[in-house]
This record gives sequence, structure tokens and C-alpha cells, in this order.
Amino acid sequence: MTATQPSPTTASLESQRSGRADRQGPIEAVPLRHPGRWIAAILVLLVFIGSAASILQNPNLDLPTVGEYLFKPLTLNGVIITVWLTAASMIAGVFGGIVVAVMRLSPNPVLSVAAMLFIWVFRGTPLLLQLIFWGFIGAFIPKIVVGIPFTSVEFWSFETSQLIPATVAALLALGLNEMAYAAEIVRAGIQSVDQGQTEAAHSLGMSPAKTLRRIVLPQAMRVIIPPMGNETITMLKSTSLVAIVAGDDLMSNIREAYTQNYKIIPLLIVAAIWYLALTSILSIPQMWLERRYGRGFTGARTTIGSRVSTLTQSITMPARSSKKESAS
Amino acid sequence: MTAVVPQAAPAAATPHQPMVEAIEVHKRFGSLEVLNGVTMSVERGQVVCLLGPSGSGKSTLLRCINHLEKVDAGMIRVAGETVGYREKNGRLSELREKEVATQRRKVGMVFQRFNLFPHMTALENVMEAPTQVARRSNADARREAIDLLGQVGLADKAETYPAQLSGGQQQRVAIARALAMSPEVMLFDEPTSALDPELVGDVLDVMRALAENGMTMIVVTHEIGFAREVADVAVFMDGGVVVEQGDPRQVLMHPAEERTRSFLSKVL
Repeated sequence: MTATQPSPTTASLESQRSGRADRQGPIEAVPLRHPGRWIAAILVLLVFIGSAASILQNPNLDLPTVGEYLFKPLTLNGVIITVWLTAASMIAGVFGGIVVAVMRLSPNPVLSVAAMLFIWVFRGTPLLLQLIFWGFIGAFIPKIVVGIPFTSVEFWSFETSQLIPATVAALLALGLNEMAYAAEIVRAGIQSVDQGQTEAAHSLGMSPAKTLRRIVLPQAMRVIIPPMGNETITMLKSTSLVAIVAGDDLMSNIREAYTQNYKIIPLLIVAAIWYLALTSILSIPQMWLERRYGRGFTGARTTIGSRVSTLTQSITMPARSSKKESAS
Repeated sequence: MTAVVPQAAPAAATPHQPMVEAIEVHKRFGSLEVLNGVTMSVERGQVVCLLGPSGSGKSTLLRCINHLEKVDAGMIRVAGETVGYREKNGRLSELREKEVATQRRKVGMVFQRFNLFPHMTALENVMEAPTQVARRSNADARREAIDLLGQVGLADKAETYPAQLSGGQQQRVAIARALAMSPEVMLFDEPTSALDPELVGDVLDVMRALAENGMTMIVVTHEIGFAREVADVAVFMDGGVVVEQGDPRQVLMHPAEERTRSFLSKVL
């Protein structure tokens, strides 16, 4: 072993090693080429340019009509109703969802089974079906009576069709449906919070309700907000189904217009522009909320968080350790 | 057989009232009997260290004192009050959740995994219970919280979130948080077991200072040195019963029971 001559390979390795030791300072190397990526990028660009050109040259596009309808009162009123309907059903959905989620987690079997049944029905049937059902509720229950059951005592009675016009029916359908989904999201959020948090709060003398409100829900929000953002965007688009029961939302109004003038494609483009604009705007409050409830969780926001923060820095945000917020 | 020797015998006819008293406490999880008739008492101002192998029921006993677990048989009294129940005409009725919460204010608890509220700064963690539970004004609570953070050596970390603190710092914030409610007893559930070795000393120093100030403390720990040095009473538990208790020098240096001896030979 001691007598063996150094083989050529070890000698060359040694010379390499010494050569590497000599090289110091920044590395100047030939970068690796990616010809496949370049070819793919050029192909995509060609397809894009080609389809854009053919769309823009298509006489059926009718850009003047798009421009004409984009800010028409008919469209704008529809946008307002769509936004209002989305906001109202999301608010109802979220707060109702918290209640259903807490019921679902209750040790009382009646409450938890009731919550499960509710979720089962409203999550398990199509939203379109629920919309039509509420729209025609008058056919099912013609009269709503408040009184003592099994007697003829009536305190108050009303025609269902008068009590529930199309907009209320839409709100009921969207809100109840959203409640079922939100309940499951909130439940997942509550269950994601470590049991030790509840114990710590209890050991400090906090009541169960206060523990939920001050300790568990704020931490659950971190898990709840991203899927709720999705839900809000889905809801914004689902409001278009209201057109079936003749609401006054964006899609209903657009549909009404194109059934009269047959300019279907330009009007659909008008609607698409508005839906895209609204969903884009919605991502701003989501980013803000994620930031607000992400406080204190540094490790969990490495990749997406840093990307979000570069975006949100241009929109002025309250400072991370804002004392006013903590005082409220 | 070896009852805890009270510091001073009751001179007058006034009934002697320990700070914490456990009488024949039983607790089972399913078929597993975790506490099998534990009787012990802790005097006001005493430091009691609970030692024993894992699964011996030390932590469960601690959690029963705070009513985080319900006892199945026997009873626990804190400052003369039955934990979790109301005694009326010889019958027990369960306390309402609000009343349990009120009882717990007398007992501070420090957890192995700290359990700080991650969405609040160190200062907000300490202020949370005084402002939300004791309804003290923000300014008062803030002043006291800053003072408490100073006592545990973390005055400069008031605005820091738990995730940015070391384990030892988090545990000291947790101690300050428990102290903020001015508890009469402090329970420590393996407070240094989740810490890197070099961080243990800071936490033990804070606990030592608390003991010197006369705080009643029940400490579940594997730190034999701390027990020997700080505890007034060492309690060795195994298999859900108290095997041996008494002066820590006696129990830890010259144990009478074989089970204690074999446990100590493993940890020392």
C-alpha cells in the first residue's frame, strides 16, 4: 500500500484541486443554455399573437358596441347589484358559517347533528337548484303564518310571493349555500389551532366564549382567509346564476340586453371585463387580511408572503406593530 | 404513611388550611388508570417538586388542580375551595364554566410547550388576561406587564412576537403572563423540558427568584438539581400513586423506596 505509485487519475485530481484553490473571487462561468425553453416561449408567443390578431380582425367582435355598453346605466346598475349581492351573501355566509361551525363542534349531539344536516343539504345540492327553489318558494309554501301550531290562532300571515321577491330569494339561496361551505372552512380553521392555546387561555381564567373570540378565531383566520378569498370570487361569479330567477345583477341585465339586440358576443365581453375587474379588486382586501392575521407567524409566509409583500408595499399598509389596532 | 410535615403546627383552634390539597384523587383515561388515589397537600409559600417517570401521572395531577382535567374520584381543594364543584348539603354540583374560569384565576399555569398566543406580542400576551378577564385599564395593565417582563429579564422584548423569541425567552414570557393575574399558586408542567440545554438556566433562575419571593409553587420537573436546591418538598410518583414524599435531600439523596432509587439512578 505504501509502495504504490500515484495513479494518473489521482495525479490529475490533485492538479485540479490545486487549480481550484488558486481561483478566487466571483465565478465567471458559461451559463447553461436552455434551448427547449426558448423554443416553447417562441411557440406560445406566436400562438398568442396569431389568436389576438384574428380576434381583433373579427368583425363580430364589434368593439364600438363593447365600448357603448361598458358604462351604460344598465351595466353599471347590474354591477352594483352584483357587488351588493356578493357582499351581502358573503357576510351572511361567513357569520352564519361561524355559528354553524361552532354548532358542528359542540359536544351537544342535537346541535352538531343539526349542523351536519344543514351542511349536508346545502352543500350537497346544486346552487342552481337552490336558486330556483327559493325563486318558486311561493309554489311550495303559498302563505307564511305565525301562530300556534295545531290551532287556528294566527298572529300574522303573509303571501310568500310578496314576502320573498326575486332579490330576496337570490340572497337566501346564495347566503344559505355559502353558510354551508363557510361552516366547513371555519371548522377546519378552528381545528387547526393547537389545543394548548385553549388550555392556556382557560388557565388564565378566560371563559370559553372569550377564548374563541380572542384566542382561537384570530389564529384560525390565517387558515380561513385564503379559501374564503376563493369563496368570495366564486360567489361573485355565482351571482350570475341569479339571471335564472330574473334578478337585476350584471349577468341578468346583460342577458336582457342581448336577447333584444342579439349582440351576444360584444355584450358577453362587457360582462367578462367587469367580472375580471371585480375579481382583481377583491384580491386587495384578501392580501390585506392575510397580512393582518399573519402577524406573528413569520415562518409560515416565506415564498408567497414575500411575493405578496412586494406587491402590497406600493399600496400603503398599516405598520406591522400598529399600536392602535392592538388597543381596539 | 409519610405525611407532609407542616412548617408550624396549628397553634390555635383555627382549622389548618393548606393552599392545595388533593385527597384520594383518581383519574382514568379510558381503561388507563392515570391517578390511582393521590393524596398530598401543599402549604402556602411552599415549593413542591413532582418527580417520576413519564406516565406516572405528575402532569395529569397538575392539570387536575387547574380543572383542565376532571377528577373521577376524590377531590382537590385550592385555598379551601373545591375545584370544579360546589358543595351544598353534602352534595356536589358542577360549577358553571364562568365559575370555573373565576376559580382558575387563583392558579397560574406554565406549560411545557409555552403556549404563548402567537398572534400577540410578548407585551400583549402578558396584558391579555388582566385587560380581558380582570377588566383592568389598558394603561395599568401595560405598566404592570412591562414591569413583569422586566422581572423575567425581557423588558426589551415587549414588542416582539413569540415566533421571534428563543424557547427560553418564550417560557419566561409565559411565566410573566401567568403572574399577571396575581395567582396564589403557580403550576409548572415540565417548564424546561422543551428547551435547549443552554436556555434552561435562565428559566430556572426566574423560578428560583419566584420561590424566594414566597410564591407557592408546584413544579413537575426532571431537573433533580433544581428540586434539591429549591424545593421544600419532593414528591416521587410512579404508577399513579405517590411513592415517597418529604424533604428533597432525604427523598433525592437517601430514598427509602426501591422505585425511587431505581428512577434516580437512571436520571442522575
